[in-house]
Amino acid sequence: MGSFIFKRIGVMALTALCLTFIVFYLTNLYPNLEKLAKTQGNMRMTDKQVVSWLGNRGYSQNVFKKYGEWLGVVPSLQTTTEDGTVLSRCSRAGMAPADIPGYCGIMQANWGYSTVFKEEVWNIVTKRLGLTSWLMLAVLCVMVPMALIVGILAGMKEGSRTDRTLSTFSIATTATPEYVSGVIFIILFASSKGGLSPLLSDWGLLSSKTLFKGSATSAMADITFANFTLPVMALALYGMGYIARMTRASMAEVMTAQYIRTARLKGVSFKNVVLKHALRNALIAPFTVIILQIPWLLTGVVIVETLFNYKGFGWALVQAAQNNDIELLLGISVIAVVVVLVTQLISDIGYVFLNPRIRVS
Amino acid sequence: MEPLSSFEIFGHILYQLLPVWIGLIAIFVISIATKSKTGLYGKLFDSPIGMIGFGLVTFWVLTALFGDMIMTHDPLQQISGMKNKLPGTPTKGAEADDFQWYLLGGDNLARDVFSRVVAGSRIVLKIAPLATLFAFMVGITLGLPAGYYGGKRDTLLSFLANLILAFPVILLFYLLVTPEIVKTGLPKYMAAVLFLFPIIFLVVLWQSRFYTQPQKRNLFVALTVLIGGWIYLGIAWNADPIGIISMQANILIVFVAVVFVNSPTVFRIIRGLTMDIKTRDYVAAAQTRGEGPWYIMLWEILPNARGPLIVDFCLRIGYTTILLGTLGFFGLGLESESPDWGSTINAGRRLLAIYSHPALPPALSLMSLVLGLNLLADGLREQSLRD
Repeated sequence: MGSFIFKRIGVMALTALCLTFIVFYLTNLYPNLEKLAKTQGNMRMTDKQVVSWLGNRGYSQNVFKKYGEWLGVVPSLQTTTEDGTVLSRCSRAGMAPADIPGYCGIMQANWGYSTVFKEEVWNIVTKRLGLTSWLMLAVLCVMVPMALIVGILAGMKEGSRTDRTLSTFSIATTATPEYVSGVIFIILFASSKGGLSPLLSDWGLLSSKTLFKGSATSAMADITFANFTLPVMALALYGMGYIARMTRASMAEVMTAQYIRTARLKGVSFKNVVLKHALRNALIAPFTVIILQIPWLLTGVVIVETLFNYKGFGWALVQAAQNNDIELLLGISVIAVVVVLVTQLISDIGYVFLNPRIRVS
Repeated sequence: MEPLSSFEIFGHILYQLLPVWIGLIAIFVISIATKSKTGLYGKLFDSPIGMIGFGLVTFWVLTALFGDMIMTHDPLQQISGMKNKLPGTPTKGAEADDFQWYLLGGDNLARDVFSRVVAGSRIVLKIAPLATLFAFMVGITLGLPAGYYGGKRDTLLSFLANLILAFPVILLFYLLVTPEIVKTGLPKYMAAVLFLFPIIFLVVLWQSRFYTQPQKRNLFVALTVLIGGWIYLGIAWNADPIGIISMQANILIVFVAVVFVNSPTVFRIIRGLTMDIKTRDYVAAAQTRGEGPWYIMLWEILPNARGPLIVDFCLRIGYTTILLGTLGFFGLGLESESPDWGSTINAGRRLLAIYSHPALPPALSLMSLVLGLNLLADGLREQSLRD
């Protein structure tokens, strides 16, 4: 087991290095740098000025050296301009030239400086990640129980009417991406002109203008039922169908096993067979799926946060990408990649622990 | 002229879609009449779920085909005075032979929502199945040897596939589809590599089967290289010597991005299936006969993996449709006036709480198409498992 985890972590580190290098390479392509120079320096820079602007700040170096600087294993280039100011990616406004560190990269816990938010990338990433983790937590709390219940009920008696109805429902949810369900939810529940809200307020059942809020901006400070329900539902609905289908398949398989038949023949009630005998074995496969669903939620989070204007991690990704904020985009990709790899590792290890039939040599 | 009532709007839409209904009925009648002779396709009409799915998909395919007859206005034309007008509003300044109403209202640039949804179905159905097919070609060509040989080749290819899969899709899109990256020509080189795979696949297919009959092989390979190369030059390099085949630059980029995102998953599926099937007796028999490895992969293993592959193909077209919508939703790739569903939802979402009619029809259309594909896949899976 120990060597298995060790090997997996090795592969993970290699993957993380490759991935961050790809992101680094793509964000550091010349047109991106040119745009950066023009937005940071002066929109009307000539090509020559752009080249010298980039050269002074170490952007024109070899991409491997720049990547090393970003990682913190190679000292960052420092250039002294004619008027005596020292330019380096490590320096910040108001820093004395003598204080500028030689190495500043991920290893030194220096994630760079965001050009859009005018803030340290690390601060932005942690703040936005905090906001998004509330969203993720709420989604998981809604999605997982709902999916498991639907899956177990459907898989309990394969081919029954309940099974057909619930299976069709889960297929329908997998056909509803977040931007579709979000739009439908806003129209149904959060529009003052259409949907359910005008109807309810006519009947005097509603004190506010709409049932739910179509924007989750206020949820950043204070999460309420009204401002958080729609984004959570939009995310949970799309992810739910897949888990439910996996649970159903696993449950249906377990229900045909010999030991279930034996238990039934011994006279154990159907309820007890399901709850005590089948459930434990049926939940092994869905566990992996649920864990692997977390990186998948990341994409959904970007859509939902954009649609509902919730300024979390996904929103920051869109801002960084649209405004060519290279350091922030890199920081965000590191987090995203780490989330993906760690969830993969957890799902593998968890699977081995839960399933005694699998032994890793 | 009076605005239409909801009932009249519904009637007019049904009437506009008349060619689709006729086609749908014809296809269903013929298919059900001949269902005992058409194998898996015919069995689809035994399951209600499969039939509903097939119906939904056929509806959208026919809508895209007959689009010109169905559209009431030009999807890009802006008519002044029709901005954000409600469904059923009479068209301002319509001539006697023009269509008299905006059936589903006008969007924020005063264009007809109904016609844009119909035009959008064309874009989606043009890109999604083709991109999925290309992803399958890439996945098959790389997945078969990875699963069959195993070893170092497999480790390397799997590592690369996992590398792409570990990227959050949206980050990848933002990295590949932005104008700055397009300027470097990177998507074009990726297209040049990815689009080679179908040609390689076909050439290997003919070579492995007909290498004992050089005449036949030469004919097939020559035809593949000629026709494939012609299409390849036109699509990937926009250098068709005759100038018939070309692809708009921004559609090409979207296409490449979607193929790139999909192929690692297909690769993993094919690799898994190959590893399973290669232990079967008929593979051992072929090996004993002295067949070459590529013959075994392409003519023994691949046909026997077709069941799960067809099902996954349907599901994947649906997923590709969702991905295209995501791209449109973030305004990536396609130009902003494009009537594809994702871009239309993106344009409509800003005024969602006040004017809901521009965003709802494309959202429901996208959902119904993907639902149809998923149900179709489910029906196919059910029927193929039955025997």
